[in-house]
Amino acid sequence: MTAQESAPASAGRGEPLVVLEDVQKHFGQLHALKDIDLTVTRGEVVVVIGPSGSGKSTLCRTINRLETIDEGTITLDGQPLPQEGKELAALRAEVGMVFQSFNLFAHKTILENVTLGPIKVRGMKKDAAEKKARELLDRVGVGHQAEKYPAQLSGGQQQRVAIARALAMEPKVMLFDEPTSALDPEMIKEVLDVMVSLAEQGMTMVVVTHEMGFARTAADRVVFMADGAIVEENTPEEFFTNPSSDRAKDFLGKILKH
Amino acid sequence: MDAVLDNLDAVVRAFTYTLLLFLISGVLSLVLGTALAALRVGPVSVLRLAASAYVTIVRNTPLLIVLIFFRIAAPKIGLNFNFVDVQFGDIRLNNLFTACVVGLTVYTAAFVCEAIRSGINAVQLGQAEAARAIGLPFAGVMREVVLPQAFRASVPPLASVQIALLKNTTVAGALGVFEAFARMRSLNNDYATQRIEIFLVFAFVFVVLVEVLSFIANRLERRWRIA
Repeated sequence: MTAQESAPASAGRGEPLVVLEDVQKHFGQLHALKDIDLTVTRGEVVVVIGPSGSGKSTLCRTINRLETIDEGTITLDGQPLPQEGKELAALRAEVGMVFQSFNLFAHKTILENVTLGPIKVRGMKKDAAEKKARELLDRVGVGHQAEKYPAQLSGGQQQRVAIARALAMEPKVMLFDEPTSALDPEMIKEVLDVMVSLAEQGMTMVVVTHEMGFARTAADRVVFMADGAIVEENTPEEFFTNPSSDRAKDFLGKILKH
Repeated sequence: MDAVLDNLDAVVRAFTYTLLLFLISGVLSLVLGTALAALRVGPVSVLRLAASAYVTIVRNTPLLIVLIFFRIAAPKIGLNFNFVDVQFGDIRLNNLFTACVVGLTVYTAAFVCEAIRSGINAVQLGQAEAARAIGLPFAGVMREVVLPQAFRASVPPLASVQIALLKNTTVAGALGVFEAFARMRSLNNDYATQRIEIFLVFAFVFVVLVEVLSFIANRLERRWRIA
């Protein structure tokens, strides 16, 4: 990976980029997100952890409005998230998303997966889009698989392609919704390595994960959620060695024992 | 056999009408049905409702009634096809033919819509989410990601719908289009001693035509299996 390509992403480091204010979300009776206030600054890597059902995936998905919210506001780069329609599509183009289940377009080749957005959304010429896609695929180490279909790749390779697909849109922020949870253990590292180098290049990232090692090495801040609320946020160092809430102590006690 | 052989040109012309009815209505019903399916899963609730009302009304109405509507009732309220009159050699496509094409299209589109919707439901939700996440608007999500996969999953039910359409073209024979069924009936009248042979010949041609359709559907299914 080359560092200079993502340099613009780190420009204006420290300014608020994603701001959630008093966000509420219900799924029927379940209060899925409670009073969420969260600011992600430019160039920051925020790792969201917490037990299953704590609302961390929902939180991640509200940022590009794959989940709608009931109350509160979410702004990206100062702009409130628009309603469904063209403006929302334009906003989503600025937010890269990587899913737990990869969601590569099954009927398109790896190369087509990465060029679809740049060609159809950004209006890039096919040649230029393919050149850029091949560079990105090389960066994530799957350049030699460009002509294959997603089903012919391993999970780790598919997830790296998914990261390349998101990067091809040159997003302002990347959302990772449990990117390694569907992977075999030996493939987790290859995906995390890509994510770590992205973080090092100054990409703004919101990462929902159970990978505590990644949180320790790459995160600027750890957000701990439980029962739909943010219980604690802190630097990874502080959070892992000296959690302040009982809920976090309990959670860490359960997962760090092994 | 004489009945058919002596009138071979008329029989061929009749099947040409059958095939024209089928091909034109078939293509149009695929287009209309796909649009309806897209509306039914779309974000606009009024259009969703309209498309589902269309399917309910049309699918619950017998084909003969739909055709009679376009042939007899619709002209009375000013909806006629008198502007259509095209002639290729012996084949003449007039307002009657067009009314039948429209009726068959309207009728078949409801079934196409449901076949494609079953295909859309077979496409994983994550595919559409990923397409939205890269910034494609609804139309782009459908066109680039969901429908191409939905079509693949819809090939078997779509083939059934189109086969039904091919056979349904015979209803147009009752409304003045001289397609295969109407020709068979008139030959039956003229050659009363050869009814069995006449019937068998027409049935056989239909069997062959449907077999060709099934063959094409099977090939498409196999070609698109990867991915």
